[in-house]
Amino acid sequence: MKIVVCVKYVPDMSSQPRFTAEHRVDRAGGQLSELDEYAVEQALRVVDAVPGTHVTHLTVGPPAAAEALRKALAMGGDAAVHVSDEAIAGSDAPATALILAAALRRLEPDLVLCAMASTDSGTSLVPAMLAEHLELPQLTFAGEVTFEPTGGTVRVRRDTAQEVRHLEAALPAVVSVTDRIGEPRYPSFKGIMAAKKKSLETWTLADLGVPADQVGAAARTVVDEITARPARAAGTIVPDDGEGGRLLADFLSTQKFI
Amino acid sequence: MSGVLVLVGHIAGQVSRSSLELLTLARRLGNPIAVCAGTADDEVVKTLGRYGAERVHLIESDELEEYPVAWVRAVADLAADVQPQAVLTESTPDGREIAARLAVRLGGGVLTDAVDVQAGPLGPVVTQWAFAAGYTVTSRVVRGIPIIAVKSNAVVPAEAPVTPSITRSGLQLDEAARRTRVLSRTVRESTGRPQLTEADIVVSGGRGLGGAEQFELIENLADALGGAVGASRAAVDSGWYAHAHQVGQTGVTVSPQLYIAVGISGAIQHRAGMQTSKTIVAVNKDPDAPIFELADYGVVGDLFQVMPQLVDEIARRRA
Repeated sequence: MKIVVCVKYVPDMSSQPRFTAEHRVDRAGGQLSELDEYAVEQALRVVDAVPGTHVTHLTVGPPAAAEALRKALAMGGDAAVHVSDEAIAGSDAPATALILAAALRRLEPDLVLCAMASTDSGTSLVPAMLAEHLELPQLTFAGEVTFEPTGGTVRVRRDTAQEVRHLEAALPAVVSVTDRIGEPRYPSFKGIMAAKKKSLETWTLADLGVPADQVGAAARTVVDEITARPARAAGTIVPDDGEGGRLLADFLSTQKFI
Repeated sequence: MSGVLVLVGHIAGQVSRSSLELLTLARRLGNPIAVCAGTADDEVVKTLGRYGAERVHLIESDELEEYPVAWVRAVADLAADVQPQAVLTESTPDGREIAARLAVRLGGGVLTDAVDVQAGPLGPVVTQWAFAAGYTVTSRVVRGIPIIAVKSNAVVPAEAPVTPSITRSGLQLDEAARRTRVLSRTVRESTGRPQLTEADIVVSGGRGLGGAEQFELIENLADALGGAVGASRAAVDSGWYAHAHQVGQTGVTVSPQLYIAVGISGAIQHRAGMQTSKTIVAVNKDPDAPIFELADYGVVGDLFQVMPQLVDEIARRRA
């Protein structure tokens, strides 16, 4: 089985995000999106279960995005592809999906694995957009994945607030996984060293035959304004000296909740 | 005024509250056309009309249940006919899947997790909260049909009664749509409590509870206040409470009038799911827990002392 894991280089979400004058997210000093680690892990579990599985990590982004691929390779997998081109800057989800789909046509995987969302823009749109471009089935927000390698089908379980749903599709398919699917492994020292020797190819838009005027500045959405939400005013914090519950009831009464 | 397609959901004659919110927002942009699955259920059509749907378009097929991707073709065909100002869906996994595929098929632009939609001179203006809800972002679609996925609780549903016209279509199940098949759906048992995303009051428990049995403390307070029960990721990962109740970045985002966090330290992933709540209360034994930075009122103490006292006190005051 041939798997491609789509990954994204995102800002470190534990620090304050920075924005460019064009209202784009400044991705300097970024990292592999934490939610992508679950998709990488899922691919590596297939490798453990199904001998002969080949895993390629794929990203679209600025030169620094190679960092995300290195991290994924250090976890495991065989190769990586980095689509990078100045014209890509500022691409929205449809443009990103267009580029990824072109790369996937070249890679011809049996399974495309993605995270449920990126940690920066968090739209969850790209997996379904890839499925649409490639005319593939989509099994998204999977909390469990099972493969029947003999029958070439994949089944997933999706939990929502309203229901538990089981879906099925024949491979090739696009699957996105949630953070319930299984804890990602840490890269071992051996893995980090081995990653340096793995193939990391860089492709341009021209390599993929994607016209530059369909991505980047051709984004179908614009951001007019980004404002930091005002910090919440400091509240009243009291130690419990045996009256904490009653004090809390007083507060809820004054706020008309009781 | 031209049409605005609104994808609505209903179960057994009950239109979802989120659908009524979508219709309320859609009226700001044009004439709402409600698109729904199934045959014309009188109650459903009446409700949609009461909230301003000038037209109800029924996709008469029960195969949408089994082949959810088929929605895309049905809505795309309708969009080709209507040339809508916008398409509105819920910002749920299903809604965003349809929005994503529609955007590719129609060449439209798509915005997700909208918390407000207003009409503007250059098309709909969409407000989102980004980066763990620390930022407010306003955006517009500048190319193609705007496709907007809206979070629940974005607006209070408001009535604007009209008598809708009814149109019908069958379902063109193409090969692409058949490739993704639903094997089974198990609807969750109702707890009798309000839905997390719709509740005015949410009481959540975290790691500090120490076990599944102790969630009774959370449920007791939620029931005393008529609220919903939430849980932190740590509590859900420990198997103490069902994942459907997880509040946070990879769970549910809530924005109630009152959020009470009990035994929750307040990791950024959790804050992302609740920090837009109007009033926040925290109970935690660690005075340095980041949740206290958000709290309007906080008690530093043992939740096993504070919670029963609070529930008793509420009962006493109501007696």
